[in-house]
Amino acid sequence: MIIDYKGATEISGPLLVLKRIPGIKNEEMAEIRTDSGTVRQGRVVQMDEERTVIQIFEGTAGISLDNTKTRFLGHPIELPLSREMLGRVFDGAGRPADGKGMVYSGVRRSINGLPINPVSRTYPRNYICTGISSIDVMITLIRGQKLPIFSGSGMSHNELAAQIARQARLAGEDDTNFCIIFAAMGVKNDVAEYFRRSFASSGASGRVVMFRNLASDPIVERILTPRCALTAAEYLAYEENMHVLVIMTDMTSYAEALREFSSSKGEIPGRKGFPGYLYSDLASLFERAGIVRGRQGSVTQLPILTMPGDDITHPVPDLTGYITEGQIVLDRALGMNGIYPPVSVLPSLSRLMKDGIGQGFTREDHSALSGQLFACYAKVMEARSLASVIGEEELSEDDKKYLEFGRLFERRILAQRPDEYRSMETSLDLCWEVLSALPRNELARIEDEILDKYYKG
Amino acid sequence: MACSVIKGISGPVVTAGGSGFFMMEMVYVGRSRLIGEVIGLSGGVSTIQVYEETEGLSLGEPVEGTGAPMSIMLGPGIMNNIFDGIERPLSELEKIDGAFISRGSKVSLLPEDKKWETKVIPQVGDYLYGGDIIAEVHETDSVTHRSLVPPDVSGEVIRTAPDGYYTITEPVVTLRTPSGEEKELFLAHRWPIRTPRPVKERLPMTVPLITGQRIIDTLFPVAKGGTAAVPGGFGTGKTMTQHQLAKWCDADIIIYVGCGERGNEMSQVLDEFSSLIDPRTNRPMTERTCLIANTSNMPVAAREASIYTGITLAEYYRDMGYHVAIMADSTSRWAEALREISGRLEEMPAEEGFPAYLPSRLSEFYERAGRTVSFGGKEGSVTIIGAVSPQGSDFSEPVTQNTKRFVRTFWALDKSLAYARHYPAINWILSYSEYGVDLEDWFDAHGGDRFLEYKRRVSHLLGEEDRLMEIVKLIGADVLPDDQKLILETSAVIRQGFLQQNAFHKDDTYVPLEKQRRMMEVILHLHDGAAKLISSAVPISQIKRLGLFEKLNRMKYDIPNDDLTKFDEYIREIDEALEKVR
Repeated sequence: MIIDYKGATEISGPLLVLKRIPGIKNEEMAEIRTDSGTVRQGRVVQMDEERTVIQIFEGTAGISLDNTKTRFLGHPIELPLSREMLGRVFDGAGRPADGKGMVYSGVRRSINGLPINPVSRTYPRNYICTGISSIDVMITLIRGQKLPIFSGSGMSHNELAAQIARQARLAGEDDTNFCIIFAAMGVKNDVAEYFRRSFASSGASGRVVMFRNLASDPIVERILTPRCALTAAEYLAYEENMHVLVIMTDMTSYAEALREFSSSKGEIPGRKGFPGYLYSDLASLFERAGIVRGRQGSVTQLPILTMPGDDITHPVPDLTGYITEGQIVLDRALGMNGIYPPVSVLPSLSRLMKDGIGQGFTREDHSALSGQLFACYAKVMEARSLASVIGEEELSEDDKKYLEFGRLFERRILAQRPDEYRSMETSLDLCWEVLSALPRNELARIEDEILDKYYKG
Repeated sequence: MACSVIKGISGPVVTAGGSGFFMMEMVYVGRSRLIGEVIGLSGGVSTIQVYEETEGLSLGEPVEGTGAPMSIMLGPGIMNNIFDGIERPLSELEKIDGAFISRGSKVSLLPEDKKWETKVIPQVGDYLYGGDIIAEVHETDSVTHRSLVPPDVSGEVIRTAPDGYYTITEPVVTLRTPSGEEKELFLAHRWPIRTPRPVKERLPMTVPLITGQRIIDTLFPVAKGGTAAVPGGFGTGKTMTQHQLAKWCDADIIIYVGCGERGNEMSQVLDEFSSLIDPRTNRPMTERTCLIANTSNMPVAAREASIYTGITLAEYYRDMGYHVAIMADSTSRWAEALREISGRLEEMPAEEGFPAYLPSRLSEFYERAGRTVSFGGKEGSVTIIGAVSPQGSDFSEPVTQNTKRFVRTFWALDKSLAYARHYPAINWILSYSEYGVDLEDWFDAHGGDRFLEYKRRVSHLLGEEDRLMEIVKLIGADVLPDDQKLILETSAVIRQGFLQQNAFHKDDTYVPLEKQRRMMEVILHLHDGAAKLISSAVPISQIKRLGLFEKLNRMKYDIPNDDLTKFDEYIREIDEALEKVR
């Protein structure tokens, strides 16, 4: 049912307040026309006895209390969906932004999506090869997983994400049904441009859908951007049978937009001013990753977030870590030592890798090897902190071997050229070479059988 | 029943006009009849939290009371099933909605058309009280379901049905209540989730819950009927610990509540548990397990309810005479649901935005644990194991601090252990169990020879190591005298060979108590033997070269759970090797 309404009673930030209007539905979409003829979009966010509150996507500048005509469209915000979206660029609210016209399709879906029934999920079990040793061996990305990159301003997360997007391959399948959805939220113009060029130069543009909300675009659209991207992803995965990798950057900008919007609604703030429902809100995005039983495709998420002040306990990385299935943490000190990608492996984790690696997926030694690398590298850290107190010379022979192992680990396993693709086999062999710098009796986590076969010391 | 119309909508909170509802009444909201609960009444306005998404609701739609508080069905069909936070079976929802959960779908909570094999217990003329058994039902091959008289009902049996096959809607016993009315009893009855089921008597906590996890059973045990909290930042292995306990602890019934957690995790539980065999019954684990899955993207009000649904199911099986363990993963998500709803109600926040009633809600929940005798005379227990996800991994935040006050076992998960992939990452310095003393008699009787002595010596060595490490961090280990170096060596074996446990290894994932005892015995035997040599001036480097410490590190893998005589060989080997050094 379409309802028209003239005038408004209050405007505050991105919110337009009208009188109580019967028949309006919660979360319904609205179009606001001003006298000058511009049309803006909004949605109903709150209703009570006196007021109907509408959130305006493009901001309220130029709207006055009596020049507005509001039309309620009778349905929530929807996105037209089709396979033709591949290769296209949209703005943050899902409107075409590349001058190629509308997407025509009979399929329209509410961007809010619906929660996947836990019994309808298939437990993710197959990996995606990113061609990056540190990630493939130690933090393996699994199809249907949500694995964020925790970074900070000035670190090379964009390069890493672009490299993953260029190189990512499905294990044991051809790439024809693999695609990437890129959601940019509050990113700088040149960052968006960097990704566009990177996709174009690798010839991947045809399998990329971009949703772009730049740093100067309205914050309300920023709240819609990941929802549009994930609605497209779900469609491509579950109806077009594609394996979709969704890259979302920057989740911190998204959360800040949510905070700004929440405070303009006058809500009670929680930690650091973020709304109390930040966890539920982030979960409603991240939980849209997965595999649905009986369907061919999968939705894998690689969100990127910059930790303000490199603080992993900041609410945004903290809550994200509790929702996602692990995290890839980047480290500023490694980056400063010229190591790319600067993956700090110890705090990094992939929760789903244990069931997606090993015999039948990667190689039988993978699980024990990665566990041993983690344990050994943790010892490197202990040896280093001891060396910084008593000096390297005073260390025991064992500790000195660990220092050497640490150097090799960082220079040979972590460090990689941005255009270098290492197959899973290559990465695993490389790790054995480096691990063989340690005496065999230090490798207590690996069974003898595997050591006999792979240990080269 | 009371009826009204919607006056306002804000997220999951709806206000309706009119009085006539009562607090905590379950209501149907809107034309699509979403399930809600009355959480506030003031001046002709009722505030309702809605357990489903409110998208698409309009002002003026009807709100209809049910005349009953938010309650769930208790009866056969709970085991081997998976529910959402308000006990709607998810596989039934899937049949109606498909893979994505939509709104207002109506399903019956327990299967109504399934005929259960039933043995009717009472005779005509018997006088039954609340909690007495009316029928035994073959629920799964592992669990015999005992249908109970609802706690608030009593009377004389005037009719019984013969043994046979019945659905939960067919009466099996009819009573004449003291007021003279006839009351039909069914295999299932309703019970409000926020009201604890009454018990006749509470028993002291003198029996441990054996989990097969070494650090828990030996150092920080939890009693049957006790409470434990597992706090830890993300990635420290809370969920993994909960899964291990759900799989291996010696409770008869497991209720696993996934409260605001990951969907993929729940599908993993479903996957794994159906392929695992319970060693005590040789039947699939799922037959004694009930899952409640209200993942983080499902409605927040139902997440708040899921904890109560879980504990009510647990109490019900306790009253049948079973030992029940409930895993709540994670109570922090539940506390956040409280905070979110409190924020929507514009209540005055206390610490960190949490409502002021957070501690009282937490204590109400944990106090529903206990080892009890039911009115039917059955001894049972409910053990609560709650995961806590502290914000910013900071244990001083309100949920962790308040939980600490109401639980008696605290398994603190440690980030640095998890980073080194030392699992379970339970920190042995920060954790504690207050049940130690209560359980001493049990361990003396059942733990085997000198179990408690070994346990005390192991914790003492770990404490010593912690103290020595302060020095080592400053000046290195080389300057320590040999007897202190030995403490470091032995502690390293305790840490790696004993406390660290591999959940993916077929033997190490569950270790019987006797093997735990013998492992401690062998480690301490080596320690004592080496200490004797060091006191007669044999350098520790010479002892280390024997390779005994490495050997003990691997004994958890090398000695199978079913052949513990190998420990005797180890002791002999240690003696011989040390003898040669002398």
